[in-house]
Amino acid sequence: MSAFTAAEARAILTRVLSYSQADACVANLFGNAGGNIRYARNTVSTAGATGDRTLVVQSNYGKRSGTATINEFDDASLERVVRRTEELARLAPEDPEFMEPLAPQQYVTTNAWVDATEAITPEFRTEVAAVSIAAAKARECVAAGFFTNGAQWQAMMNSKGLFAYHRGTQMNFTVTMRTADSTGSGYALRDYNDVARFDAAEASRIAAEKAAASREARAIEPGKYTVILEPEAAAGLIQFLTFNLNARTADEGRSFLAKAGGGTRVGEKLMDERVTIYSDPAHPDLPTSPWAADGRAYRRRNWIENGVPRQLFYSRYWADKQGVEAVPAPNNLIMAGGEASLEDLVRDTPRGILLTRTWYIRPVDPQTLLLTGLTRDGTFYIENGTIKHAVKNLRFNESPVIMLNNLDALGTVARVNGEFGLSSLIPAMRIRDFTFTSLSDAV
Amino acid sequence: MERREFLQVSGAAAGALIIPVWGRPVGDFAGSLTPIPTADKKRLADAGLTAARGRGATYADVRIGRYLNQFIQSRETKIQNITNTESYGVGIRVIAGGTWGFAATNDVTEDGVARAAAQAVAIAKANARLQVEPVQLAPQRGYGEVSWRTPITKNAFEVPISEKADLLLAVANEALKTGANFVNAGLFLVNEQKYFASTDGSYIDQDVHRIWPNFGVTLVNQETGKFETRQALSAPMGMGWEYLAGRPEGRVAGPTAVTYAMSYDMIEDARNAAREAKEKMAAKSVEAGKYDLVLDPSHLWLTIHESVGHPLELDRVLGYEANYAGTSFATLDKWRSKSFNYGSPLVTLFADKTQPGSLGAVGYDDEGVKTKRWDLVKDGILVNYQAIRDQVHILGESESQGCCYADNWSSIQFQRMPNVSLAPATAALTPAEMIAGVDKGIYIVGDSSYSIDQQRYNFQFTGQLFFEIAGGKIVGMLRDVAYQSNTQEFWNSCVQICDQRDYRMGGSFFDGKGQPGQISAVSHGSSTARFNGVNVINTARRL
Repeated sequence: MSAFTAAEARAILTRVLSYSQADACVANLFGNAGGNIRYARNTVSTAGATGDRTLVVQSNYGKRSGTATINEFDDASLERVVRRTEELARLAPEDPEFMEPLAPQQYVTTNAWVDATEAITPEFRTEVAAVSIAAAKARECVAAGFFTNGAQWQAMMNSKGLFAYHRGTQMNFTVTMRTADSTGSGYALRDYNDVARFDAAEASRIAAEKAAASREARAIEPGKYTVILEPEAAAGLIQFLTFNLNARTADEGRSFLAKAGGGTRVGEKLMDERVTIYSDPAHPDLPTSPWAADGRAYRRRNWIENGVPRQLFYSRYWADKQGVEAVPAPNNLIMAGGEASLEDLVRDTPRGILLTRTWYIRPVDPQTLLLTGLTRDGTFYIENGTIKHAVKNLRFNESPVIMLNNLDALGTVARVNGEFGLSSLIPAMRIRDFTFTSLSDAV
Repeated sequence: MERREFLQVSGAAAGALIIPVWGRPVGDFAGSLTPIPTADKKRLADAGLTAARGRGATYADVRIGRYLNQFIQSRETKIQNITNTESYGVGIRVIAGGTWGFAATNDVTEDGVARAAAQAVAIAKANARLQVEPVQLAPQRGYGEVSWRTPITKNAFEVPISEKADLLLAVANEALKTGANFVNAGLFLVNEQKYFASTDGSYIDQDVHRIWPNFGVTLVNQETGKFETRQALSAPMGMGWEYLAGRPEGRVAGPTAVTYAMSYDMIEDARNAAREAKEKMAAKSVEAGKYDLVLDPSHLWLTIHESVGHPLELDRVLGYEANYAGTSFATLDKWRSKSFNYGSPLVTLFADKTQPGSLGAVGYDDEGVKTKRWDLVKDGILVNYQAIRDQVHILGESESQGCCYADNWSSIQFQRMPNVSLAPATAALTPAEMIAGVDKGIYIVGDSSYSIDQQRYNFQFTGQLFFEIAGGKIVGMLRDVAYQSNTQEFWNSCVQICDQRDYRMGGSFFDGKGQPGQISAVSHGSSTARFNGVNVINTARRL
């Protein structure tokens, strides 16, 4: 069984800790259950269901620690896993940066659980694939897609008296539609806690329409262009920026926030004043766990406020050393948006390029957060406020810091995953002088 | 069909390796290093095969696997994490009603295996209703009871943790002493104990070992706010602890930098890394334009991986990966034409699962096919793809190429990239001689940033070290270099390849593919090669 209630978790974890002979012990319990279906070439290729429950135990003697995991829950197994962590801790050298387990914490309430999402059946998943394939055939497209849904349970307890429990559900759908002649490609993504918000036909129709519209793409000269990034196209770049808000690397002088002469650029205005990026585990459209695996509490944090980096994330060791609050790295991401629809953004664009999706984003220079990547699955030329034609895909070399400094307009937000897979609410945005460096023949 | 769990093994440490974890980390590997007796595995496998046949399967295979990993990580002179993981279970794949079905269980008893077999048949029968392309499985003779082991001389899992910790601390001390400000280092060990049995009559026992020592050093100039890094020039290898012996025959003293072949000196490399990071910081920023590139094997492996390995995966070509990794420019019509110039006539790119020391080397793949070597591009012409038993009929072949792999007992096996390598030239040529013939060029050592489009036309790569070549001589180090090209243009610009003496492998532990995603380890060999007139951009920006 994957699922557990708070009371069941407390009972299991109390038993685990009862075996501990170390100076301190932390036990995390994870459960997941769900299923998926994958299709390609307008037919189902694989489908499956899974469920598992895992226990992770960490023991320490002073500053020596060891970690072990097990997925068997009889008393002998529980004792065995605790003993293994103790053996490993004895073998480990002392780590001066080891931090003792946390005392009990206060957590916010989040509503990440939806019964209907947990109850999704194999038949429902088959129907998602069938609807999507039908949408493809109706528009002479070939569909390849993936639908996955799951429920997650997590609990933790430590020898300092901390106990935490959380459960959540999630569904994720992606579909790529290619025209039968392979000259056009479109994409759609839907990510929700609540499956009631999901419409497979609508998402598939949009992907198929993008595919049809992206045919007969014309080449344009690479260079600097005004671009409109749909939320999914912007997400990877914004996520990468957020992953780099690490206090220690900034303090050590090896981050884009390193400052000549020492210190960091936290507090300096680096981006357009409309740029505000925060995280909030209780956001109604993006609820997540209110606590991190080490027991630290997540709450709303403004990372970038009106274009100014305000908050960085810390390991407990580094925060202790610096004498500041040990703020954990965010587990969701929200960028404040505007009121403009995508159509509004296009209408107000004299000349520019609309990007549906970005792909294969990789860091080029950590000093400036320069990233490279490509457009994919629907790239369009805009002239005098209307979409004129599809353009061939382009490679970009752009830093999210420079990009957000060149912000021209913000649209409404949507929930997306981006290339780095962090659930995010990201607005569509219009950016000046976005740098494309070469053309791609890829469709 | 499981959801991947990820464990960040080094807390919030900068540059921490995120590792996939399937199973239970254990305190030590006592007992787990001794393979389960083959008689026991055969009995369990037969229970699965019998159950599958009894339920109506026309084919079945059973994979019993024990997967061990060990990760040790350090930050400067502190060992920050030691994690041992172990995962044990069985995966059963069947064909029923012309359709694949798969189920996996960690209940490795005769009853547990039989139940999973029944579940796999039920899934196959349920999915058969939607089937429009019944499975066509290439015939495969049974091998009876056979075994294979990575030819290691010292099992890295048996090396005491203290010896490993001491090595990482020595690496850190050497780099710090030579001027580095920060050092992150790690050792990553893999052992796959895999037993495969099928209704074809094969019972294959394999013991596969891999090792990856790695580090990164960072140099910071507080005055300017600039920093520079240099990553290890090691390669992940299909070897044991002997890879770390630092034997002289593994050392390759190139024109400007020391790299390594089948034996690695991690401490020397750390010393060189700190020195070279300092040189990088003072290097000249490249002037954008066309250059002749001389690419060391420590760099070229990744370009081969992205621009040759991936586009020639037959499932990508056919569209099965369209929603994730993408499709391929190397379509079947180009292959059928027998005249598609993938590269210049010098270019022969071969696939294999047999090279000693490579990550892909096994005796048999994960559907019981003996491994081999075959050409993908021969004298510049596209001649073949990478295909497994249910695909080779598309290529008009009757025998699988033996490149089927699953990353765990609980994952379903599918086509994965074999080692794909550039054949060395037969005419004698050294890197120094090659450089002497270049008027305006850049010599690149080590891999770094990489990006390529979803059909594998347009790519961009950077590296660890860039050296300017002018008038046939290395004149200094460059920085801010990235090259962009198109796969076919690039391989057709290949004008020289060094000989076998310079042949080395690079590779990755983490080639990703599929939904749900699976990883795979793969090597790519080459000798130093020259590519003329490649577009280089300058990547420097100001914030």
